[in-house]
Amino acid sequence: MKFTCLCQGGGFNFPPCHILNVSGFHVLFDCPLDLSALTVFSPLPNDFYKAICKENSDSQNRQKVEKPLDANDLIFAEPWYKTVNNLHLWNVSFIDVVLISSPMGMLGLPFLTRMEGFSAKIYITEAAARIGQLMMEELICMNMEYRQFYGAEESSGPQWMKWEELELLPSALRKIALGEDGSELGGGCPCIAHVKDCISKVQTLRFGEEACYNGILIIKAFSSGLDIGACNWIISGAKGNIAYISGSNFASGHAMDFDYRAIQGSDLILYSDLSSLDSTEDIDQSSFSDDNNNWEELMNSLSNYDESVEEMEKLAFICSCAIDSVKAGGSVLIPINRVGVFLQLLEQIAIFMECSSLKIPIYIISSVAEELLAYTNTIPEWLCKQRQEKLFSGDPLFAHVKLIKEKKIHVFPAVHSPKLLMNWQEPCIVFSPHWSLRLGPTIHLLRRWSGDHNSLLVLENEVDAELAVLPFKPISMKVLQCSFLSGKKLQKVQPLLKILQPKLVLFPEEWRTHVSFSDVTSFSVSHYSENETIHIPSLKESAELEIAADIASKFQWRMLKQKKLNITRLKGRLFVNHGKHQLLPENEPGGSSQTRPFLHWGSPDPENLLAELSKMGINGSVERCMTDAESEDGFTVKVQDPEKSMIEVRAAVTVISAADKNLASRIVKAMENILEGI
Amino acid sequence: MAIDCLVLGAGQEVGKSCVVVTINGKRIMFDCGMHMAYNDHRQYPDFSRISKSCDFNNAIDCIVITHFHLDHIGALPYFTEICGYNGPIYMTYPTRALAPIMLEDYRKVLVDRRGEVEQFTSDHIAECMKKVIAVDLKQTVQVDKDLQIRAYYAGHVLGAAMFYAKVGDSAMVYTGDYNMTPDRHLGAARIDRLQLDLLITDFDFHGICLVFQFTFCKCYNSEIEYRNSLFIDYAAAVSDTVDYIIVSYLISLPCPEMEALAFGLRSTYATTVRDSKYAREREFLKAAASSVLHTAVASILSFVVIIVVHKCVAGGGKVLIPAFALGRAQELCILLDDYWERMNLRVPIYFSAGLTIQANMYYKMLISWTSQKVKETYNAFDFKNVHNFDRSLIDAPGPCVLFATPGMLTGGFSLEVFKHWAPSEMNLITLPGYCLAGTIGNKLMSGNPTIELEGTKIDVRCQIHQLAFSPHTDGKGIMDLVKFLSPQHVILVHGEKPKMATLKERIQSELGIKCCDPANNESVCIPSTHYVKAGASDAFIRSCLNPNFQFLKSGSEEKSVSGSKCTEGTLPLWIKDERVAEGILVLEKSEKAKVVHQDELLLMLGEKRHEVQFAYCCPVNVDELEKFTTTSLTPTARMLRDPNKSSLIRLLVAKLSRKLSEGNIQDFGEHLQVESFHLSVCLKDTCPYRITNGLEDKPRTAFFCCTWSAADDKLARKIISAMENRDLVET
Repeated sequence: MKFTCLCQGGGFNFPPCHILNVSGFHVLFDCPLDLSALTVFSPLPNDFYKAICKENSDSQNRQKVEKPLDANDLIFAEPWYKTVNNLHLWNVSFIDVVLISSPMGMLGLPFLTRMEGFSAKIYITEAAARIGQLMMEELICMNMEYRQFYGAEESSGPQWMKWEELELLPSALRKIALGEDGSELGGGCPCIAHVKDCISKVQTLRFGEEACYNGILIIKAFSSGLDIGACNWIISGAKGNIAYISGSNFASGHAMDFDYRAIQGSDLILYSDLSSLDSTEDIDQSSFSDDNNNWEELMNSLSNYDESVEEMEKLAFICSCAIDSVKAGGSVLIPINRVGVFLQLLEQIAIFMECSSLKIPIYIISSVAEELLAYTNTIPEWLCKQRQEKLFSGDPLFAHVKLIKEKKIHVFPAVHSPKLLMNWQEPCIVFSPHWSLRLGPTIHLLRRWSGDHNSLLVLENEVDAELAVLPFKPISMKVLQCSFLSGKKLQKVQPLLKILQPKLVLFPEEWRTHVSFSDVTSFSVSHYSENETIHIPSLKESAELEIAADIASKFQWRMLKQKKLNITRLKGRLFVNHGKHQLLPENEPGGSSQTRPFLHWGSPDPENLLAELSKMGINGSVERCMTDAESEDGFTVKVQDPEKSMIEVRAAVTVISAADKNLASRIVKAMENILEGI
Repeated sequence: MAIDCLVLGAGQEVGKSCVVVTINGKRIMFDCGMHMAYNDHRQYPDFSRISKSCDFNNAIDCIVITHFHLDHIGALPYFTEICGYNGPIYMTYPTRALAPIMLEDYRKVLVDRRGEVEQFTSDHIAECMKKVIAVDLKQTVQVDKDLQIRAYYAGHVLGAAMFYAKVGDSAMVYTGDYNMTPDRHLGAARIDRLQLDLLITDFDFHGICLVFQFTFCKCYNSEIEYRNSLFIDYAAAVSDTVDYIIVSYLISLPCPEMEALAFGLRSTYATTVRDSKYAREREFLKAAASSVLHTAVASILSFVVIIVVHKCVAGGGKVLIPAFALGRAQELCILLDDYWERMNLRVPIYFSAGLTIQANMYYKMLISWTSQKVKETYNAFDFKNVHNFDRSLIDAPGPCVLFATPGMLTGGFSLEVFKHWAPSEMNLITLPGYCLAGTIGNKLMSGNPTIELEGTKIDVRCQIHQLAFSPHTDGKGIMDLVKFLSPQHVILVHGEKPKMATLKERIQSELGIKCCDPANNESVCIPSTHYVKAGASDAFIRSCLNPNFQFLKSGSEEKSVSGSKCTEGTLPLWIKDERVAEGILVLEKSEKAKVVHQDELLLMLGEKRHEVQFAYCCPVNVDELEKFTTTSLTPTARMLRDPNKSSLIRLLVAKLSRKLSEGNIQDFGEHLQVESFHLSVCLKDTCPYRITNGLEDKPRTAFFCCTWSAADDKLARKIISAMENRDLVET
């Protein structure tokens, strides 16, 4: 078994990516996109003239001298998307199985499936596949704006991709675009057809559903609690169980909780919840925000609280900031990032507004929002306990259903929707994509409000806020940065593993210093680092074999005295089915007599042989063998009675030479009596 | 090892499904239903048979409920709250959500109408539901270390599931009600091909024939006329081909009234169904389309409902549809709402208070459990023409359609409305589904013109229409499922004895599967699968997967191979690759049994293999050998005085291949090989294996040294006899 970490990812939106070779199959875990790399591109310019000017003046103005970044340093072109670079070092046709743990881990799939030779089976949970598909469709829809603006791509690849151009990029941007080692940015945006094709290759699963790959691997998904449909995986075969733990959340306010009980008893744990390190620093406020002290106090008081309470407090804080802003006459822009958080924020803000008896409209501007909101209300099986209770009592799973009906929330597909223009009212609270601030309606709204010091922009910590707002500078609107849990907290790792009781755990190299396992004896630990293949020892020496009772009832046991062993011959037909090896009776049991040779061992002794022979009425005399120098203990028995024949005994072989077959078989019997065999 | 199956309810009857199964020490109760037709102790299963001391928590490991119908869940609150069962209860999410409504609705009817002492209260229902663990489809649930269960989609009603249970190596499926063909709002049952020891399947009482059991209105002269009129309406809406299939299907039914109906249709439908054509294709259609037809019949019948309802409201009449809170009401409502929308009808559709627009909320959230078609439209349960009904509207003028609880007209609001509407000829009562004997609904179906209610006689003049479709499975569906799953045993429950007996017979004779239909409180014990577990070494597994090619010359019986026109001499070669797993099971004290390859055994023992071989130096008369093959050899080949090894071998191969039927003779020039039999020319003067003396003198004798292993002794002896010509008398 081999394990290779292709990419450790970065946060919630860019989950890690690994490849595992198990039972001869290559299993790819997740296929994300690094959307934070979008920040190297400039948002769509307001006016075409500006863009043209920029393009023309570019080459002269840019110099290798490092100066603070400004908006003109960004690339003015249709964006390219950064996939997992190391994945390209693999031949896609060798990938057998792709397991996707979250909607975010799915975004890179169209890039993979459109490659020639791709033939792997893709497993995703039903909910993650649906949400992931909506996210992809939205991305394509937003990318369309660029395409319409810049026109179709040139066949030779975009201008900015040329080496000279890249060389001119400021180093900070070049690092994002090219990575540390200067490799390339992924590729152009896939089209809807690619997404459709990709989705058609997906097999969706429910939590706890068994999927059987090739009769050998049983693959199961269990809730990870990170987001709706996000999951951890268990791969079981005849030689043990492997658990893949992605970012997991013990108590979620939306998705079903982390189902760690299902992972209990796995032989190997591939620990890929890499967000834990980031989460130690918790919520931070960027320099743009003004109420630093308040936030810090809040955090300190919460640090010992339960995670879900903590998360709810964060939501509450965002809501209160938003309410403050609208009260001051500003508007609030919340780029949609995590689906679960988005749905919870909607509920919370509505409650806050109710409490402060404000009547401010909430707009959701997204091409897929309507479908997403409708869908999330039909998936009780994927949600947390509290939400399921709502189903049982007949209430909608999420409050947005009611809020939309009461016209407190308005959903529009785009900023230019006629209904939106008729309905528009400021101040307001807007949820819209994209959190990178490079795509979608956020760009337009940000331009509109960036000068208003009463307005508020809510970003997640994972986003490099400085770079993200760069093109919108000078900016006087407030920016609130917050972080939500993207996985388990570090201090929960050890207790968790103690419960899970694995034999072996694979941890990222970076953890060596943070989590010490010196006092742990129940399992062994290996560390992996990016782009390095680890060989994992076999989990079990032997595969489990199930022998049908029909066969077992016909066993003829033989006791081997000196070794205290019982042995019996076993014959049947082997079936490899649903991850199990089964030995079933043969179809035609006619040939029940031995067809293959008996297996004999031991060294025959001349006296014993003569005694056995004489018991059978065969008489002969022993002659030491002189011809063969090598076999010193070899001897020959010449039989005269009842018929002339010869038994030639050497160290590893006995040759019986007899013309009569009855005599020959009697001699064989005599031999068997003095040899051990089966 | 055995599976014990105690039938507490629905054994050779319909109602109160409840089966307790014991697999390898684990006890599962499947369904916990009540019998609607009884008021006494017979309405609940006899739970005392599970445990004499009534210690149910130790007697039962879990309860599994298939769907929310009362005959499957009705006794659950009683069992948990009164009998004190506290263990886990499993059901699907929709069942968990909808069951309390169903139970509460029934409890109210019971108390309101009969004034009976309630067996359980609202609190009991709520408490009972707290013990429920909701499961998703296909989710493998580990009840405890050994017991796992899994739900499969069953159609029938929203959230209905078949349950798979496995303990150790023994596995079974309990179906509950299911349907094998999709209907308007639910898909067809879907299940994996599983290895099963036991299948417990509901045999439903109203099969496909009953689907056509209409109760007819008085305004038509005969059944045939009535049916024809329906079909003519229907024909206006659908294409000819569909009709053709339906008509053909009707004719293929054995029931005599269907023949009559089909005849009537044929005469009215001269343009569509031509006799000659029909006669020619009858057989074909019967065979080819029968599965499609089930669906077609379902769609035609649903259309019939709409036509009948529309006809009534168009004539200014009121339509009463008595239904239970969930299931049929929503299903019918989808149809009507859609039709109303398309036909732009303004006649109001009402839901009575018990029934409920709120129930639609549940359906909306559970839309992923409906059929693909409904799923694609997010607003399927957003009925546009449906309003809440108010008591004051009962005697309001003008047409309307009203869904009212309870079904079967057993009491409550639907019966109250019935009293008001039944005397008018303009009105219509549509009974969706089966009505138990003893209910008003049942009396109406049997054509009773006057109904006695609490002392007053009601003159029923309105039209009565029984909704013709059944969401239950039918004989064909059961046969399909049994065939698909091919379990070791089948137990039939939830059906009337005589009808089940026929199916039992079919399952045994056609599918060769043992089948029984135990009565209530009977126990059945069936043997179950058990595997012996052992570890298997890699070398063993690899050796099992090695190809084991066998090359057979085509025997006489295989001559007629299609397409192989072989010329003489090039006989087609048959290749067989039957892999046989052979190994050695080793049982060491205090260690797990292990299967190894025989080579590994020696390593384990630290011993070396000692082979037992045979050797024989066989004399062959060269003249004879040549004579045998002279046809092909010219005299120049008589150079054998100086024996050329390869030519001798070649001669021998030629001879042996004619004489031997088995074995694959391989000529390696210097030697030849058949299995382990190895032969080469012996040029030694004194070979130790040359046993028979006296032949050396003969001038033209060649010696062949043969060795073989003990396993191929039989074959080797045959070859040697052939070589020595002992088996054949040459002329």
